[in-house]
Amino acid sequence: MTKLGFFNGLKAGMPIAIGYFPVAITFGLLAKSTGLSLFEAMAMSIFVYAGASQYISLTLISKGVDPIVIVLNTFVVNFRHFLMSASLNEKMAADKKWRKGIFAFLVTDETFSVLATRKEERLPLAFGCGVNIAAYTSWWLFTAVGHLIGANLPLFLQSAMSIALYAMFIGLLVPSMKGNRKIVILAASAALINCLFYWTNWLTTGWAIIVSALASALIVEIVYRRFDKKKKGAQHSLT
Amino acid sequence: MGISYWWMILGMALVTYLPRAVPLTFLQGIELPPFLTSVLRNIPFAILGALIFPAIFYVKQGDYFFGILGAVVAFGIAYSGVNVIFVVLGAIGVLAIYSLMFYV
Repeated sequence: MTKLGFFNGLKAGMPIAIGYFPVAITFGLLAKSTGLSLFEAMAMSIFVYAGASQYISLTLISKGVDPIVIVLNTFVVNFRHFLMSASLNEKMAADKKWRKGIFAFLVTDETFSVLATRKEERLPLAFGCGVNIAAYTSWWLFTAVGHLIGANLPLFLQSAMSIALYAMFIGLLVPSMKGNRKIVILAASAALINCLFYWTNWLTTGWAIIVSALASALIVEIVYRRFDKKKKGAQHSLT
Repeated sequence: MGISYWWMILGMALVTYLPRAVPLTFLQGIELPPFLTSVLRNIPFAILGALIFPAIFYVKQGDYFFGILGAVVAFGIAYSGVNVIFVVLGAIGVLAIYSLMFYV
């Protein structure tokens, strides 16, 4: 088997780079109209690097909300990465801690999804960094482009491209779902719980994703273990 | 934008980085109980479900069908087993035609 390296990672990260392109351009554009300078907009994309919270911060800035509140809100919205990082720890090969620390800086919903759904038992850090860099470069580069050009893509393309990241999530999920009922149940139950939170307004998006994913992962695991025990028990009684 | 916005960006960066970094650096090398490991291995598929739904219905404001069409196309292409990049490009392509027909 060939070893997965940095360039394989860049290639695997291309769907994310495409998906970030319209989102980052729009962010650059909105940042400009909110009054952020090119450097402030880029600093946000380079140092914060978390789409949803960056968008929310623009809305809050324009409403004159206290920066402290914006920071706290960012924490809440991005805390879901804690769960992803813990899960990714089971997927990434052991490496020096400081390198993992740098790698972790660039973990997003999308890079996590690409890495965590790989078939390999453990992934080399170089591959993970390739995926991360492809996504990151697209994000800050097109933030700058959006701010500089100050115009968006043609409307039809802009709407069409807004499907990109969801199409990618589906493209990652479907091959794993094939012939694996547990994965189908995991995805479906988390989707249902998340819809419930959204439509009832019980939890904000950040928490809703954490709670629905955790609940689904826990409940499905408990049920499967019960089921396995029963099956084993039945086999024993037969023999 | 005054100096306080730089402090705000720094604060945002810090509170975003910590949850990303703490598990990956501190959990490495620690043997977790098998049950917890299994739960963590379930997480990606659960998160994908939660990332897709219900957001897919709201991809285009006021047009639920837009996201549903994109999802169906993506599902179909993904089911055929091709690389994810074609799933993404295919969904964009179909929705570009749809947008040209109904929104331009």
